[in-house]
Amino acid sequence: MSGAIATYDLIVIGAGIVGASCADAASADGLRVAIVEPGPIGGGATAAAMGHLVAMDDDPAELALARYSLQQWEAFAELKEAEFSRCGTLWVARGEAELDAAALRVARLGAAGVEAHLLDAKTLYELEPALAPNMSGGMLVPREAVVYPPRVARYLVQRAQSCGAHLYAGRSVQTLIRGGAQLDDGTTLSGPVLVATGCALPALLPQLPMRARKGHLVITERYPNLLRHQLLELGYADSAHGDADSSVAFNVQPRPTGQILIGSSREFSATDAAVSPAMLQRMLERSFSFIPALRGLQALRAWTGFRPTTPDGRPYLGAVPGTTDQWVAAGHEGLGVTTALGSARLLLDLIQSRPPAIDPSPYAPSRMAA
Amino acid sequence: MTELYDVLVVGAGPAGLAAAQAAAGQGARVGLIDAQARPGGQVWRHDVRRAAPRAAREAIAHLHGVEWLAQHSVIAAEASALRVETPQGSNLLAYGSLILATGARELLLPFPGWTLPGVTGAGGLQALTKQGWPVAGKRVVIAGSGPLLLAAAATLRAHGARLQGIYEQASTATVHAFARQLLHWPARAVQALGLRARLFGVPYHFGSFVRHAHGDTALQVVEIETPNGTQTIDCDLLAAGYGLVPNVELASALGCSLTYPGAHPQVQVDAFLRTGVANVYAAGEACGIGGLAVARLEGTIAGHMATGNTEAATALLPQRNQARRFGDLLTKHFALDPRLRKLADQQTLICRCEDVTLGELDAFSDARAAKLATRCGMGACQGRICGTALAELGRFPRSGSRPPLFPARLATLAGAATFPSSDDEYRGSRS
Repeated sequence: MSGAIATYDLIVIGAGIVGASCADAASADGLRVAIVEPGPIGGGATAAAMGHLVAMDDDPAELALARYSLQQWEAFAELKEAEFSRCGTLWVARGEAELDAAALRVARLGAAGVEAHLLDAKTLYELEPALAPNMSGGMLVPREAVVYPPRVARYLVQRAQSCGAHLYAGRSVQTLIRGGAQLDDGTTLSGPVLVATGCALPALLPQLPMRARKGHLVITERYPNLLRHQLLELGYADSAHGDADSSVAFNVQPRPTGQILIGSSREFSATDAAVSPAMLQRMLERSFSFIPALRGLQALRAWTGFRPTTPDGRPYLGAVPGTTDQWVAAGHEGLGVTTALGSARLLLDLIQSRPPAIDPSPYAPSRMAA
Repeated sequence: MTELYDVLVVGAGPAGLAAAQAAAGQGARVGLIDAQARPGGQVWRHDVRRAAPRAAREAIAHLHGVEWLAQHSVIAAEASALRVETPQGSNLLAYGSLILATGARELLLPFPGWTLPGVTGAGGLQALTKQGWPVAGKRVVIAGSGPLLLAAAATLRAHGARLQGIYEQASTATVHAFARQLLHWPARAVQALGLRARLFGVPYHFGSFVRHAHGDTALQVVEIETPNGTQTIDCDLLAAGYGLVPNVELASALGCSLTYPGAHPQVQVDAFLRTGVANVYAAGEACGIGGLAVARLEGTIAGHMATGNTEAATALLPQRNQARRFGDLLTKHFALDPRLRKLADQQTLICRCEDVTLGELDAFSDARAAKLATRCGMGACQGRICGTALAELGRFPRSGSRPPLFPARLATLAGAATFPSSDDEYRGSRS
C-alpha cells in the first residue's frame, strides 16, 4: 500500500467507543468512512472503563449531552454485545447535608428529563442491605444502566464496516496532512479527518490541551445478589470534578455476571500504567467504609486506565480551530461511554451542516483558542 | 507489619528447599514461602498414604534455621517486598535477596470432551490422589507425554486405581532412543526402571493420544488414536498431561526478563542464576523444564549466590550443566506430535472460566483483542490454562497478567494485616 492514495468522506482516527460511535453514525449517514486503529478496537480508555451509563448534573452542558446520549443508548438495551444491564444508579448520602444536596439534584435531573427519586434511609437499606450503617438516604436514578464498552465499540465498528467503512487495523496515523492523513505504512488517506484518539490527542493536535487522568479498578469473583445497583457516594463529584492531584471516591458496580467492579481513583501526575498499591489501598478503604462486606471478597484483577481530560472537563466536539476539514471528538474524561453516542450524532450534524439537537457551543474546540 | 528477610525463597519444591538450606547455611535470615500447607512442591507433594521419597524427607528435615512460611500465597510484588496472603491475614515480606523457585504447572491441551467431569491433568489427578481423593477401583486412562505420566500412574496404582493403560504420544522409536540415552544418566535409569517395576502389568503404548472424550454428564469413553487406528476405552477417569510449563508470573511482575525457547516463556537467568533484576535469582523449572536434579542443584546454587558464596556456587556449575542436558533430552524426545494441536474443534471450550470456544477466537490474532471481545483469559486463572493452551496451539502468545498474581481478598489488596472474622459470613454464603 506504500504511497497509495485512498479517498474517503470521513477518516475516523481511533476506534475507542467515541471513534467507533462516530464511524457508525457517519456510515449510517451514507458517508464513505475509513477507520484507523493501531491497537485492539476499544483497547484504550474504553477497555479500562466501568461502562456506567450515568447523567452527571453539576454542569448543565454535560447533563444535556448525557441526556441526549442516554436516549440513544436505549436502542442498545436488547443488544447481546452491549451486555446492557439496567441496574439503576443509587447515590448514597452520608449525613443530612448530602441528602439535602441530593434533593437539589433530583430536581435538576427531573428538569432535564431524567427520572430520579429521593430515598429515605429505610428505603435505601431495603434496596441495598449491604450498605454500612449510618447512611442518611440517597438518590435513585432507576433507568440508568451498565454496558460492556469494548464489545460495544467492536459492534459499532463492525456495523460501520457492514455499511462499507474500511478499517485500517494495526495502522496508525503518522501525521495529519493537508486534506487527509498519512499512515505509518506510507498510505495516504484523502478526505476530512475526525480525530478521536483520547489521551493520544496531542500527538496529532498539540494545540488542544489534554491531560491523562489515571484511574484504578478492581473486579471480584462472582457474588450474585450482594449488590443490585451501581452505587456512588453523593460526594463523588467532589472527587471527579475537583482539581486535587489525587482523589478517591466510592463507586461500585454489580456486573451482570455477578462480579463486583470497584472504583474509583483519580491521579493527574501518575503517568505509568502500573497498579499503585498505595492508591489501591486508599480506593478500597473508601469502598469498605460504604460496603464493609467487600473486605472478604476475592479480587480477580486490578488494572488502571487513563481518562482523557480537558482543562474545563468538557469534551472537544467540533471543528479543529482554524480548519474546515479537521474535526475532533475527544476529552470525555470519565463519561466517554455515556456520551459517545450523543457526541457522534452531534458531530455528524456539524459535519453534515445540519442543526444539532443540542447546543454544540459548550464543546466547541475553539474555546481553547481564545 | 513488614518482616525483613536476608533471603526470601518463593516455592518449597526441590529447588526452593535446596535454596533455603544453602542460604541458611551461611547464617542468613531465610524465609521459605509456599502456598501449600506442607513443603515439597508438586513433585514431592505430601501423600496421605505413602511415605515421601528419602530425598524429600531429607530436604525437609534439613531446613535448620529456615522460617517455614506455610500457606503464604504471593499475590503482588512491591518495592523489595512481596505482599502475601495467609488464611489469617496478609503481610508484607521485605527481602535483601529473592530466590524464585516457582516451579512449573502442567500443560493441558484442549480436545473435544476435555472439560467433561472425570477428565483432569495427569499431574492434577496425581496431586488430588495424594491428598486423599478416592480413586480406588476407578478405571483410569493416563495419556499425554513424558515421564510425568509414569509418576502419576505409580501414585494412582498405589491408591488402588485400575489403570487401563498409559498412552504416550511420542513414538516407539523416539522413546527407545530416549531410553538408550538414559545409560548416560544412571540415576535416571534406575528411577525409570523403578517406576516401570511399580507399573508392572500396565500397558504402556507409544505414538498414541486421546482424540476425544465422550460422556453424557461425566466421562464414559475415550477415543484413542494409535499407530494401528482408533480405539475406544471405557473408563471413569482420564488423566491427560502434555508436559510442564514454567511458572513465570511472579518473575514477570518483578520485571525479570523472560525468554521463549518455544511457545512458552521461562525466566531468563545468567550462568549464576541471576535474573536481570538486582538481587533476584531464579532456580529450577521456572528457568526452563529440567527436572528434579536440575531443580535441586540450581536451588543450592541460588542459595549460595544470594548469600555471596560465589565459590560454592561455581563448584556446582559443571554438575548443573550436565543435569540441564538431561532436560534438553526430555524436551527433544517428548516433543509434541503436531496432530495434537489440531484436536480441538470450533465447539471445544478453550477458556473454562468464561466459557469461550475455539471458534469464537478465530477472528483474533492477538490475546488482548481476544480477551476484550470474548473475555477469554479474564477469569480466575488469568489465562494460565487457556492462554497457555492457545500459545501451544500456535494461535497467539498469552497476554500479560494483572495483579493480583492469584485471586486474593480485597482486604489483602488494601494492605490489611488481619481479616475481621465477620467477613467470613459473606464468604460462606457465596453462591
